[in-house]
Amino acid sequence: MALAFFYAPLDRDQGVIQKIFYIHVPLAIVSLCGFVAGGVMAIRHLRSGDRSWDMRSYVAVHLSIVFAVGTLVTGSIWAKASWGHWWVWSEPVLVSFLIVFLLYCCYQPLRFSIEDPERQARYASVFAITAGAFVPVNFLAVRLATQHVHPRVLSQSGSLPGPMLLTFLVSLAGVALLWMTLWKLEITLKASRMSLKRLRAQLEAPDEVDLSVPEVAIR
Amino acid sequence: MTTTASPPGRKIASAPPGLWQATTALVRKDFAHEVRTRQTVPAMALFSVTVFVLFHFGLARDTIAGSLASGVLWVTLLLAAVVGVTRLFAAEREGAGEGLLLAPIDRTAIYIAKASALLLYLALLEVVALPAFALLLAPGLGDALPDLLAVLALADVGVAAIGALVAGLAAEARAREVIVPLMLLPLLVPVLIAAANASRPLLEAHAHAAGLAKWLGLIGLYDVVFILVAVAVFDYLLED
Repeated sequence: MALAFFYAPLDRDQGVIQKIFYIHVPLAIVSLCGFVAGGVMAIRHLRSGDRSWDMRSYVAVHLSIVFAVGTLVTGSIWAKASWGHWWVWSEPVLVSFLIVFLLYCCYQPLRFSIEDPERQARYASVFAITAGAFVPVNFLAVRLATQHVHPRVLSQSGSLPGPMLLTFLVSLAGVALLWMTLWKLEITLKASRMSLKRLRAQLEAPDEVDLSVPEVAIR
Repeated sequence: MTTTASPPGRKIASAPPGLWQATTALVRKDFAHEVRTRQTVPAMALFSVTVFVLFHFGLARDTIAGSLASGVLWVTLLLAAVVGVTRLFAAEREGAGEGLLLAPIDRTAIYIAKASALLLYLALLEVVALPAFALLLAPGLGDALPDLLAVLALADVGVAAIGALVAGLAAEARAREVIVPLMLLPLLVPVLIAAANASRPLLEAHAHAAGLAKWLGLIGLYDVVFILVAVAVFDYLLED
């Protein structure tokens, strides 16, 4: 953050607003990777039948949705500042991001409208895999359909001057670390809540609880 | 709905049926059910005609062409597909699902059968919707019909592939009627992009094909990706 504010040189055309780039682009990249990671974890869940992978996938998707909201808000602010409109249909990344976001908004309603927890986990995993596969196909389709107005940072990162590139990479690493920290935190929280629930049930009715149920692994 | 037991006297096959046999049997069952109850296809067709009428008043246009025509056509077809997808597992939810799961068949056959049934419904829908569209809104539709039919066929495969998967996913959800459109429509955006772009020049006043190969290729890619994904994951929806 400090690097972004004090170190990186001001963009010649865009001035101080350009600095939002250091938070917007990492947020977008991290949340997309989070969605795909959620899909991969869902595959592991279906393959192994281990419910803890479903929980990891759930937390990944859930966090990525939060990051995606951040991306849309910061992207909108940046678009207003640099192109003069809050929303620009002609740029593919923003549009496909919105579509992906709309799709993932269904994840939670779907998940929580299924009551049986085991089935809930399976259905959510199937959704996460389908949506994970959808992310690249959707980007391809939207990109084919629109002209390129969006600054293509990744394909032309050589064109970024050194200090900017460094700041960008540091921000990217920072946001990725933030995502991972939050992810671990939530997993730990959920796992401990589950074991607490189990312990409490055990206290109340020591005979009825099946002790053979394995604890969810805390990483 | 009750599951029909095999009538007495019919020979019961000793070996479980193969994938192809099971799939065709299931498609026949779904189709016979649809012919008898007429719950899905007429609803889809009626819905599409209604939406055309809505567009006529909403746009205040008697005839449309070009991008407007392709947009109206595709949005209408996709919304009508939502109606079909919502109903796709209706019989299974009303009790036939148990019988289906007890049958000694490959689970993939159930997915392929459901997707094929949906494909059939979509084709039937278009048999009604396309002439209605030409009659009500786009009199110049006939000029590029073969190309348009090719776009329709490829897009229908994609809609059927993803529609059957979404129908299976939403079958167990409580808020099914809400989940299906919310999940299906974003997933269909690539199909809409490609199909609408491919049909835009075909629906111009002077119909011509432009960039058709690129868009058909995109729909084809979409079809392949989501058929593979769906076949890979659908089994897990039926595990019990």
